[in-house]
Amino acid sequence: MTTTADRPATSSPTRVISINDGANIIVSHGDYAVIGTRPVRHDGVDKVTGRAVYGGDTRLNGLLFGKVLRSPHVHARIVSIDTSKARAVPGVHAIVTNADLPTAEDREVNLGEGGGNLKYMSDNVLASDLVLYKGHAIAAVAAINVHVAEAACALIEVEYEVLPAVHEIKAAIAEGAPLVHPSLTTKSLGKDTGVHSNITNHARLQIGDPDAAFARADVIAEGEFTTTMVHQGYIEPTNATAMWYADGKVTIWTSTQGSFAARDSTAQILGLPVSRVKAVPQEIGGGFGGKINVYLEPVAALLSRASGRPVKLIMTRAEVFQATGPAPGSYSKVKFGATKDGRLVAASAEIYMESGAYPGSDTGAAMRCLYSPYKIDDMRVDGYDVLTNRPKTAPYRAPGAPQAAFASEQVIDDLARKLGMDPVEFRLLNAAHEGTRLVNGPLHKKVGGIEVLEQTKAHAHYQSDLGTPSPGTKRGRGVAIGYWFNIGLPSSVAISVNADGSVTLVEGSTDIGGSRASIAMQAAEILGVRAEDVRPSVVDTDSIGYTGVTGGSRTTYATGLAAIEAARHVIAQMTARVAKVWSVSPDEVSHDHGAFRAGTRSMSFKDAAGHLDETGGPITGTASLDPQGHGGAFATVTCDVEIDVETGKTQVLKWTIVQDAGKAIHPSYVEGQFQGASAQGIGWALSEEYFMNSKGEMTNTSLLDYRLPTAFDVPMINTVIVEVPNPGHPFGVRGVGEASIVPPMAAVANAIRDAIGVRMHALPMNPGAILHALGTI
Amino acid sequence: MDDFEYVRPGSVGEAVALLAEKPGRARAMAGGTDLLVQLKVGRRTLDRVVDVKGIAELNEIHVGSDGGITIGAAVPCHRVYDHPAIVAGFPGIVDSASIVGGIAIQGRATLGGNLCNGAPSGDSIPSLAVVGAVAVIAGPSGRREFPVSEFCTGPGQTVLGADELLVAIRLPAPPPRSFGHYLRFIPRNEMDIAVAGAGAWVALDEAGVVTAARVVLASVAPTPIEVPDAATAIIGTRGEATALEAASEAAKAAARPITDMRGTQAQRRHLSGVLTKRALAGAIARARGEHVPGAHEAHRVHASATH
Repeated sequence: MTTTADRPATSSPTRVISINDGANIIVSHGDYAVIGTRPVRHDGVDKVTGRAVYGGDTRLNGLLFGKVLRSPHVHARIVSIDTSKARAVPGVHAIVTNADLPTAEDREVNLGEGGGNLKYMSDNVLASDLVLYKGHAIAAVAAINVHVAEAACALIEVEYEVLPAVHEIKAAIAEGAPLVHPSLTTKSLGKDTGVHSNITNHARLQIGDPDAAFARADVIAEGEFTTTMVHQGYIEPTNATAMWYADGKVTIWTSTQGSFAARDSTAQILGLPVSRVKAVPQEIGGGFGGKINVYLEPVAALLSRASGRPVKLIMTRAEVFQATGPAPGSYSKVKFGATKDGRLVAASAEIYMESGAYPGSDTGAAMRCLYSPYKIDDMRVDGYDVLTNRPKTAPYRAPGAPQAAFASEQVIDDLARKLGMDPVEFRLLNAAHEGTRLVNGPLHKKVGGIEVLEQTKAHAHYQSDLGTPSPGTKRGRGVAIGYWFNIGLPSSVAISVNADGSVTLVEGSTDIGGSRASIAMQAAEILGVRAEDVRPSVVDTDSIGYTGVTGGSRTTYATGLAAIEAARHVIAQMTARVAKVWSVSPDEVSHDHGAFRAGTRSMSFKDAAGHLDETGGPITGTASLDPQGHGGAFATVTCDVEIDVETGKTQVLKWTIVQDAGKAIHPSYVEGQFQGASAQGIGWALSEEYFMNSKGEMTNTSLLDYRLPTAFDVPMINTVIVEVPNPGHPFGVRGVGEASIVPPMAAVANAIRDAIGVRMHALPMNPGAILHALGTI
Repeated sequence: MDDFEYVRPGSVGEAVALLAEKPGRARAMAGGTDLLVQLKVGRRTLDRVVDVKGIAELNEIHVGSDGGITIGAAVPCHRVYDHPAIVAGFPGIVDSASIVGGIAIQGRATLGGNLCNGAPSGDSIPSLAVVGAVAVIAGPSGRREFPVSEFCTGPGQTVLGADELLVAIRLPAPPPRSFGHYLRFIPRNEMDIAVAGAGAWVALDEAGVVTAARVVLASVAPTPIEVPDAATAIIGTRGEATALEAASEAAKAAARPITDMRGTQAQRRHLSGVLTKRALAGAIARARGEHVPGAHEAHRVHASATH
């Protein structure tokens, strides 16, 4: 049996698909029938006609509506909670507090990607003794409608003892700072130091001897940088609906990036075996890492147990900002050294990342990605996780890497300037490639960093001049590169053959970015059918094998592999059936391009499907796997900005993103990932921030004042898909969701430096910050 | 959000009576783009919402024989910026009406509501004030008129009594060669509340010398504030750079801004100057018969000419 997927992927040449100013220039589809084409997504019609059922659309008989009472204080001890007045409100069916949760053990639990400490997870869902940030959940009410629940919440009496708080990293690590968790001690390089501080962990990655290597450097550049807490900015608010049935089983309906992760976390927090909990994933209106952790699911379940009715909870936007997990702010010091001919010889960095109210931040990933674009023999990075009285941080698209790149890629830009070298040439000269040592130890596998940089340099954007600035403005261009390692994790797929030659594909990966299409297309390629002949369904946790979260840019890679394996399983069974029809040995039947052949005989997949009944009945192909062959990806951004020097306002004029996809299964959704990450990056660069008042309270808790970029703030985003196949996947898929958000902030900062001669050391680079940097105010 | 009574009177008298019945607990609603949001987030609670969109007089735009225009308090922004006489005579007001919210909001939001909401950042208030607009107010004892420039008394506070209703905004006939211009600064290009705003109005003589001027700033004090020194600095000049700079300095001196999530004190003070200079330059350009590059009225004039 041979299929197109058996062709060694590594023999494919590097291919480039370029979208310029909206005109699609497709260089090549490769040798595939389905892969690389752009069919209409399977869930598209439901979504554009409003039929798709999102978490908030969940309707159940007897549904009650819940509201959560949240802490008005940034840091306080809960002295008492009195719910009696609230319970007396007509229409109130249940009120729960942390006392309704089982006593959580202070132990780590494994939840696939990440995991966490059970007591912290439990306390974050409903506070036990302490509230650690404004918005921290304290109690919840279920009532006949949300207005009654809200009114009852207001009648819950909580007595607080307000405690001193720390609002940001530098204050948190200062001598004598108030402690967020007074009992915690700092772990450093794997050992408990016994020191009580807000630094929960200090890690170091080192290759060679950077201190000695700096002495050999002719040119050194360094800088200190800060980034503020930002939110993933998904549009659909966090939600959960739960029913605790009389037999003790619990079903949760929720918008999640991982139905199994939601099931497992909910079960852990509720102290139930996973077999008692079923998670039903609803359509999801954006996640970007922010819909992996559970916030409302266990609370809805407790309210349902207490009321005997299903209960739905939906956060307001203010709650989403204050009580879910945003991306951490950071403080970094970065230093690079190079020889006068432009070779990087040494690097050192310290990265502090806030974890918010409980330990655990994105520092490790930041440390792994910081130097990955470059070949440097001597390098060291120290990372520190810092507690603050802010929401517990959560992943946001390439968690940690964008903050680190904001620092490192500006220092690289400075070094290129000092050397008088073109910034892309400088990066190319030092580019990492297959076999280059990573700071965390392993060697780069086959990667496309050089190819991405070459395409960046050759692109018409980089070759163009900046044009004439409008009166009163200055223009500049910046470039930056970013890396994300991508991940594997378990996935399961089952494919059943229908008599009409179509197949149903059942998967556990929730679809946040077009993965129904990209997974179905991989199955279609193997089966030799059209993408439209595959009907993909994302199902609940009782209906498919364990599948990890949709995150880490893993889904098209890992669930795609499961689909390929399940399709191969189908073909193997179909081959035997065709052999039966033809009365030949299965060894004599081959399958390619959708046809079964033996000698001169041939039968289409569709015709073969029509013979199932008479040859032994239905066929289902299944695969559950835990692949390890994921490949890292590089992305560059080139951007032109125009700055009104009187107002400090930056307009992004032109933007080109080049990224190695390995193989673009559905190029439109790959471009969509590049463009979406670019838009988020522009917001993170120029306008988004958790604006805190002097008490550490976020004041801009609406989408009016938490300034996501609008369509007027984002230019046409040119995308270039580079395809350096990942040897760990039959089609070469790497995963595309995250590398693209790593370079934008640094690219914008470098463009601003180019335009006005000022180095920006903090995000966001809003008009006020530019005026400060210019010395105007 | 608590329950409230919704009523939709058909006349001014009826509306005033409905407001007077529940002093302080009833409020008039035109587009509702501020009021409903305030109710929803709990910033305001009411027993009664009096929807005034059903009152004919409040929905009229009346052009007087002298060129003055009366705009009903419930006329939405899109009717303002699409009205040929307003576009021709009061382009500064068109500047403002075109940037209140997005397109959908402009289909509901009104100048009257913007004024009665009394936000320091209200984009239409400077534009109305600089042309000498007058608020026509109805109450239990009849009608009174009050200058828009003094209408706001604090953040969210106005001279309107609890039993009074804004009926219309009256724009006096513009003198020859007189025009306004409004500019606000927002960090993004849409959907923001002004960090600072400046409305300017000038009248020129036949030689092109400024004979009269007014400047009103938004978002840099508890209410929109007039800057007479900026007007003085530009009167008697042709809008030369030095005069614009002097007006800019006057605006910076007059600004009394705060620091909040939308901008800092220093940034707002600085922007008061920049926007005053630019708004005056735009108003002067218009009075000379030129268009302001990029301003909405250029498109509106074009659009109405092709209708």
